Order: sequence, then structure tokens, then C-alpha cells
Amino acid sequence: MEFFEAISAKFNYWIYVIIMMIGLYAMIAKTNMVKKLIGMSVFQTAIILFYVSIGVKDGATIPILYHDQVHAGHHHDDHAHNGEHYDTPHGTDHEADEYGYPSRHAPDVVIDGDDFANPLVHVLMLTAIVVGVSTLGVGLAITQKLHREFGTIEENEIHDMIKSGK
Amino acid sequence: MKSLALISVVITGWLLLSAVGDFPDWGDPNSPANSYRLSQHFVTETFHETAVPNMVTAVLADYRGYDTMFETVVIFTAGIAIISILRRFTSDGADAGTEKVYEKRPDLIVDTTCRLMIPIIQLFALYVIAHGHHSPGGGFQGGVIFGASFILIALSRDLQAAHKWVPEQRVLNLAGIGILIYAGFGLASMFLGQNFLDYAILHKIMPASPIEARYHSMLGVEIGVAFTVTAIMYSIYSNLASKGTMKEGL
Amino acid sequence: MIWQFDLIILVFLVITAIISLQVKDLLAASMIFGVYSFLMCLLWAGMAAVDVAFTEAAVGAGVSSVFLIATVLRTSRRSSD
Repeated sequence: MEFFEAISAKFNYWIYVIIMMIGLYAMIAKTNMVKKLIGMSVFQTAIILFYVSIGVKDGATIPILYHDQVHAGHHHDDHAHNGEHYDTPHGTDHEADEYGYPSRHAPDVVIDGDDFANPLVHVLMLTAIVVGVSTLGVGLAITQKLHREFGTIEENEIHDMIKSGK
Repeated sequence: MKSLALISVVITGWLLLSAVGDFPDWGDPNSPANSYRLSQHFVTETFHETAVPNMVTAVLADYRGYDTMFETVVIFTAGIAIISILRRFTSDGADAGTEKVYEKRPDLIVDTTCRLMIPIIQLFALYVIAHGHHSPGGGFQGGVIFGASFILIALSRDLQAAHKWVPEQRVLNLAGIGILIYAGFGLASMFLGQNFLDYAILHKIMPASPIEARYHSMLGVEIGVAFTVTAIMYSIYSNLASKGTMKEGL
Repeated sequence: MIWQFDLIILVFLVITAIISLQVKDLLAASMIFGVYSFLMCLLWAGMAAVDVAFTEAAVGAGVSSVFLIATVLRTSRRSSD
């Protein structure tokens, strides 16, 4: 068991290198344009896997606060919503109270940094996925344009057609 | 060519694998990425500063709002690029007439199932957008799901049926409006005397405290992102599926 | 996360990546790429990256498969390699 756990300590990184090299090989060696684009997406997801693996913490949960932490200070505000918050000046530590809107969120929650996974890498990769599918769409559009011009999506056949003057 | 590719890939892979031994252990809380001051700040202080329980949404829409805004612009640009590469109008397409045109009658079972499913999918997409502060989700995911519902209309019936709901003109307007909503929040905070996308100052025009102004501005920004992503996903699909003629889907 | 699941999913990831790049039928390649994306999504959900996993499930396994299939049906289905 200890042997397997020692392997799994670095296993993610090995696999990310292997998947990335599979994608790189497909981008270089495959002649079909759709295969090249699938290789590009595989390469992209391998990098995302690397980033997400960096942000993992042992014993940490998802980067969303617990319900109890969010709603810890709500009890006296629940009374405020029952109608007394217009005449009871409570919560004077918040400047917004001059508008008559009591602060609904508890500022005194203590959050341990090791309880939650690293949110920074998740944010970086979340936008990368959506931008990735947009660039995949651009690549597929170019593939269709090539098919319209040359009647094929094989790279070597397109090269031959260009060399022989179509 | 293939052996050359294999050799270069193996060399690159060997170099990367030899570096794996220097990485911190998987799940190490004290690794440089996890003990970095900014990451710790995002975990511990996000709720106090923005009142958003989902840290990923808060970092995405507030702390890194500038980045997210231009990611949205990248998606918009990709949509425009696909239209300019692929779109063609029937007058100049010589082979447009040679493609077979057939009357597609929607299948009863598929059509009924999609009629039932599409409102539920759209409702779920709106929930994902609006509830992104408290659960996984947000503008990108909700926008993709909303765009997928229009793709489902186009797949189950015809591209023309989907075009009645979302004409091409309206789709591009929506994509632009999304970015304008996002930039509008930034400009509003600029005109009130703070930096671009510094939402806390918006409490002057919002009935909320500065912390809650950040909370509510993030929702507005996510809605802007969702507009753009919805429109561009549908636009990419309709161009790819009809080879740019917008006549007939798959 | 549980390392046994981690191990199984990672091995399947490599297998699906190789198959989707080796199979000659491009429609099958697109579908297996969807499977690859879904496995990746499971892996990220296990690594506590729920937002990333949600995005990948909607984008990678859903929309990008549709884009690939649209292109394959509009161009040619056979691949020479």
C-alpha cells in the first residue's frame, strides 16, 4: 500500500507529461486536420490537468464556504427583516446602514486557509477551457474552408495540389 | 516525418519527465503554489471583502475582472473570425445550388421530447448563472448551457426553426451587448471616481453596502459574460453546421 | 481524493486519448474525444476543482463534441491515418 501511495504522489505529473506528448505527436505527425485539432485539445487539457494538480491540498474541500460559515451572523438580522430595522440603529460598524439596509453578511467568520483548495489555479483554467473551445471552433472553420477550396482535409494532399498548381 | 516527430516528442517528454521529480508532492499544502500569499488571501479574505462564498466566482469576476473581460473579448473575436472565414451568401456561392436540398419533417418523438426539455435546460442555465455565487457555476457555464439549448432546437428540428428564435443579426447584437454590460460596470465605477472594474464604489448608485455592491456587481458581470458566450456558441454552431450558408443544419 | 479512482481514471485517460487519435473513422474519434473530456471532468471533480469540472462537462464533453461532429459531417468522415 505504501508503495502505491508513493507512486500516486507524483502519478498525476507523469500522466500529464504522457498525455501532453500524445497531443504534441498528433499535432506534428497526423496529416488529417480534424486529428490535428483533437491533438491540440488533448494538449490543452493536459496543461489544465497540470495546473489543477498543483492546486490540490490534502484534506481540503472544494473552494466554496460551508453553509454554517456563510450564515453564522444572520440571527439578529432575521429580526431586522421583521420590521424593526427602520427604528433600531444596529450594526453601526457598517456605513451602509445610513441607507436603512442592514448588512446581511457576517464579517467575523474565521476561515482556515488549509481547509479549502487553491482557487487561483481554478480561475486561471476556467477561462482557458472556454477560450479553448472558441479556438477549436476557429480551427474547424478553417478546416471547412480548406475542404471547400481543395475538396480534402488531408494535409499532404493539399500540399500536392498546391505544388502541382491545383 | 513520423519518425522525426516521434524522436522530438520522446526527447521533449524525457526532459519534462526528468523535471517531474522536482515537483512538490501531490496534495502538499505547503507547496509554493498553495502557500503563496495571494492564494492564501483569496481563501481567507474573499468572504470578508466581497460576501461571496464561492471563491472561484469572486476571484473570476472581481479580483481578476480585467482578465475575464478580455477573455470574453477573445470569445467574441473568435465568433467574428469564424463568421468572416466561413460565412457566405447565396449570391456568390457557386456550389451552394448543387448541395442537395431536402424537406426535413421533424420526428414526432424527438420533437416532443425536445419541446419538453428545452425550457428545463434554459431554466437550469439561468439558475447556474444566477446562483454562481453560492454553488459551482457562473456566466461561462450558464452561457454554454443556454447556447446548447438553442443548438438542441437546431439539431432536433432545423436550423431555420432555430433562426426564428435567434436570427443571426440578433445573435451578434447579443454578443456585443454582453461585452458592453461588462465594460459598463467598469466604466460606471470609473466615473464614480474609482479604478476600472473597482465595484465597491458602486454602492453610491446601488441600494447596498460597499461589500454587497461588489456582490451584486459580480452578478451583473456574469450576466454580461453569459450573453456573449450564449450568442457566440450558437453562432459558431450555426456556421459550422451549415458550411456558412445558414440555410440548413445537420 | 481517493487514489484508486485517480489511478483508474488516469489510465483510462491515456487509453481514450490514444484511441481517439488512432481510429480512422473521424466520427468515432469525435465521440471518443467526448469520453476523454468527460473522464477529465471526473478527475477534476475529484481534485476539488468543481467549477473547472462543471465547465469541462458543459464545454468539452458537450459543445466541442457537437462542433467536431458538425465539421466531420460537413467535410469527410474518413481519415488516412
